Amino acid sequence: MFAYIVRRLFAVIVMLLVVILVTFGIFFAIPKFTGSDPALMYVGKQADPAAIEGIRQKLGLGEPILEQFWNFVRGIFAGRDYASANDSVHCPAPCFGYSFRHESPIWPELTSRLPVTLSLAGGACVLWVTGGVLTGVVSALKRGTVWDRTAMTVALSGVSLPIYFTALLSLAVFKYKLGWVGGEYTSFGDDPGSWFGGLILPWVTLAFLYAAMYARLTRATMLEVLGEDYIRTARAKGLAEPVVIGKHAMRSTMTPILTVLGMDLGALVGGAILTETAFSLPGLGQAAVAAINERDLPMILGVTLITASAVVFANLVVDLLYAVIDPRVRLS
Amino acid sequence: MTIPGQQAPSDGPEALLTVDGLVKHFPITKGLLRRQVGAVQAVDGLTFDVRTGETLGVVGESGCGKSTMGRLITRLLEPTGGRVTFRGKDISHLGVAGMRPLRRDIQMIFQDPYSSLNPRHTVGTIVGAPFKLQGITPEGGVKKEVQRLLELVGLSPEHYNRYPHEFSGGQRQRIGIARALALKPKLVVADEPVSALDVSIQAQVVNLLDDLQDELGLTYVIIAHDLSVIRHVSDRIAVMYLGKLVELTDRTSLYAKPMHPYTKALLSAVPVPDPKRRTKRERILLKGDVPSPISPPSGCRFHTRCWKATDVCKAQEPPLLALEPGHQVACHHPENAPEAAAAGAAGG
Amino acid sequence: MTTAAAPSPASGPASGPGEPPTAFLDVRDLRIHFPTDDGLVKSVDGLSFQLEKGRTLGIVGESGSGKSVTSLGIMGLHTVGQYGRGKARISGEIWLDGKELMSADPDEVRRLRGREMAMIFQDPLSAMHPYFTIGHQIVEAYRVHHSDAGKKTARKRAVELLDRVGIPQPDRRVDDYPHQFSGGMRQRAMIAMALVNNPELLIADEPTTALDVTVQAQILDLIRDLQKEFGSAVIVITHDLGVVAELADDILVMYGGRCVERGPAEQLFSAPRHPYTWGLLGSMPRIDREQTERLIPVKGSPPSLINIPSGCAFNPRCPYADVPAGGITRTERPELRLVTGAAGGPGGGQHWSACHMAEEERTRIWTEEIAPKL
Repeated sequence: MFAYIVRRLFAVIVMLLVVILVTFGIFFAIPKFTGSDPALMYVGKQADPAAIEGIRQKLGLGEPILEQFWNFVRGIFAGRDYASANDSVHCPAPCFGYSFRHESPIWPELTSRLPVTLSLAGGACVLWVTGGVLTGVVSALKRGTVWDRTAMTVALSGVSLPIYFTALLSLAVFKYKLGWVGGEYTSFGDDPGSWFGGLILPWVTLAFLYAAMYARLTRATMLEVLGEDYIRTARAKGLAEPVVIGKHAMRSTMTPILTVLGMDLGALVGGAILTETAFSLPGLGQAAVAAINERDLPMILGVTLITASAVVFANLVVDLLYAVIDPRVRLS
Repeated sequence: MTIPGQQAPSDGPEALLTVDGLVKHFPITKGLLRRQVGAVQAVDGLTFDVRTGETLGVVGESGCGKSTMGRLITRLLEPTGGRVTFRGKDISHLGVAGMRPLRRDIQMIFQDPYSSLNPRHTVGTIVGAPFKLQGITPEGGVKKEVQRLLELVGLSPEHYNRYPHEFSGGQRQRIGIARALALKPKLVVADEPVSALDVSIQAQVVNLLDDLQDELGLTYVIIAHDLSVIRHVSDRIAVMYLGKLVELTDRTSLYAKPMHPYTKALLSAVPVPDPKRRTKRERILLKGDVPSPISPPSGCRFHTRCWKATDVCKAQEPPLLALEPGHQVACHHPENAPEAAAAGAAGG
Repeated sequence: MTTAAAPSPASGPASGPGEPPTAFLDVRDLRIHFPTDDGLVKSVDGLSFQLEKGRTLGIVGESGSGKSVTSLGIMGLHTVGQYGRGKARISGEIWLDGKELMSADPDEVRRLRGREMAMIFQDPLSAMHPYFTIGHQIVEAYRVHHSDAGKKTARKRAVELLDRVGIPQPDRRVDDYPHQFSGGMRQRAMIAMALVNNPELLIADEPTTALDVTVQAQILDLIRDLQKEFGSAVIVITHDLGVVAELADDILVMYGGRCVERGPAEQLFSAPRHPYTWGLLGSMPRIDREQTERLIPVKGSPPSLINIPSGCAFNPRCPYADVPAGGITRTERPELRLVTGAAGGPGGGQHWSACHMAEEERTRIWTEEIAPKL
């Protein structure tokens, strides 16, 4: 087990380096090859030539690509000074870049927004896994009944309805018409109650999309597992039905669900962007949308790196859980 | 009797297929770099021949390499070492194009009648496929020939347009046999042809194989784990254990006086359908399971489970020797052996 | 009509429907039907037999004869099978040690499972949960029926049983997972799990079919020894006549969901009185004798359980279907009748067979036409 963890951790480090390299390459190197001026993109088309030249010097855009990459990576760990002939700005470690549009380092901006996105994603994830799995299990156990058909029809609509539609619909009904929920985003530290109240609708909206998929997956997997010989053995031992389902069948059903969860946590960012925008949550997704509109390249780069790292770490956790569940992964 | 030692592979009637020192190792790789960390020694040095018109039965437990051997002599797999000669021609390393003309002569029947037939093709397409592949038009056309084949294996010609799922297990195996016989092969290799079938159906297929051999002059290599079936169908029988041939002889002497302890144990382990005999007969119970072919035991591979094993068995691999005319065995301490020959085997 | 004169074995020799039985296990007129989209699958259609403690009954049949469903029905597990949950229709009576299971509370039957009646399955790899250790699975089987037993006691019991069934280093191997065991060891562990509560009825469904010949011999020996030691009633379900000949005291041959012949093992092999049993014996290549003759197969295929032939289920495949006059084999289902010719011999009065042919005729056919060819 220990060797397995070490192996996975090593893989994570390699993966993160690759992520940085690829992201960096896209944002810095490709404009260079294609001939467009990255500095121009940083400040906008109307900037005066002197400002552009200053940024060019600060970013070291004249240097070889590898050196630029090295400076970027070093900045993450050691901080970095952006200096031109006239002035110099300091970006303390960890420096994920400097937004020349807002004249501030990226990192504090990211860290202030990260909890919002984590709250949204984490809460929705808990909600959809429990909701989806429970619905799926009950549907499998009551296969062919009214409950099963209703649940699966709702699930089908959940999978097919676009998130901006469900988001706006739920806003219109629950916030504006009924006034049940509302309020702005409040951080958990300030007031857990309002934090919960402000997030409940985004959670449900985001979770609905995924829960539907998980319900269908769980139902199919559970039905397959219930036909396995070892479930018959468990019953032949005289185990009570709740133990047979809850322990023996659930353990096997979790394996494919975990696999899909690992992949979904990556794709979640897309869902979070739309949800945050629809509900005006000050999260990373909203920041990304704003940065794209403002052509704030360092910000886009920062958001990309953070979300990519989150995906890598989420997958690490899934891999470790996988090993906990399945001894064959751990022991071979 | 000739000097027990190196045999000429073919004594007696003409050999249709000769196998000499056949080896197949499947590499086991590990990690990103696919570095080879070992090999499954599925088949590890087989020498025997198949004579025209006979049925050679190959028997052994799981992991003994009998199925791999079947795929090697039909050249569905390429051997790692050794030579396969069919009618005097070395086919060990022929490519797809080189094998194509020989595919007419060598055919295979598979175990599972459910997965070996394409469910989307009609019986006519399946049985007629060999003609298409070989670019041959039989006399009277493909359809007529396929219908003749269906009749030959005991199906109705009207089954031509049906799909495999409409047939029972036994009928599917008949379809597989019809396909194998389409090009009038000389050699048919059948890998567990009846083990997936019910007892009453098993007998139908065994009889069919029997009749077809008489009618068409076929040569069979029949691979099976069931010693009763092997006894019924074979003229000569090869017993395999962990990739090696441990005994090869004609049916009568194998069952009457097996020389290899493994053969003896194997025969005594088969349940006999006669309740009166269960208390009387002597039974040799082997310890444990068959070891892994990834790291087979040293010397004689059977020594870990053999009650007669001595130090020489751990150290030295016994060669396959003819201790009696036509009775080859690879053992340091053979059973039922003539005194002199046994001494020779133990000493050498 | 001769059926009226013979005692009806459907209710057992000693007791009528509803009356408590004299035998340890008494199955009466068991029917298990599964409604499917294609029609009603009559897996078991009127099966009766008795079994005493210390005896082994072998149930023999081909695929689709209903033999496995019978065993699941006794265990109360018939709703779990391939046709879907909760849809099975079951009727009849199953008396185990004086209790009637069919009318009992399902939870009471559950508490008997694993304690009074236990089961061994065909493929030990798929029959054990891959994610739990062997020890955990045995401990679980023990503790569900011994709620007062601590983990340590249960583990000790698991090690003890693994040792008894011949697992080397049981105190170490108890923490292994099923995939770390070889096929034979897994089946041993499966047997240990079934025996952990000293069950009085042990059902083994094709216990050696997935194993190699030499390992099969070990497991058959083990089952035989354990039965002597524990004195339980054992049902062995198999398609292999060799396996029943090794283990069973009595044999029941099933065809199309019904019993066609039943009797002491020696009688069934030496003087069978049903054409299907003849067919099975004739189909089987023999390891114990030189055969130059062809096998004598049964023509055709086993019947579909949705569409069981009317009359005698075996009539389309029976070479003697036309021997009884008036086409009765196609219109009327033969009941089990006592084979009287054997009444005086060993196990006399226990040999039953369901065939329309007169017994003298069957005796003649067996001795003159079938036996010499086997």
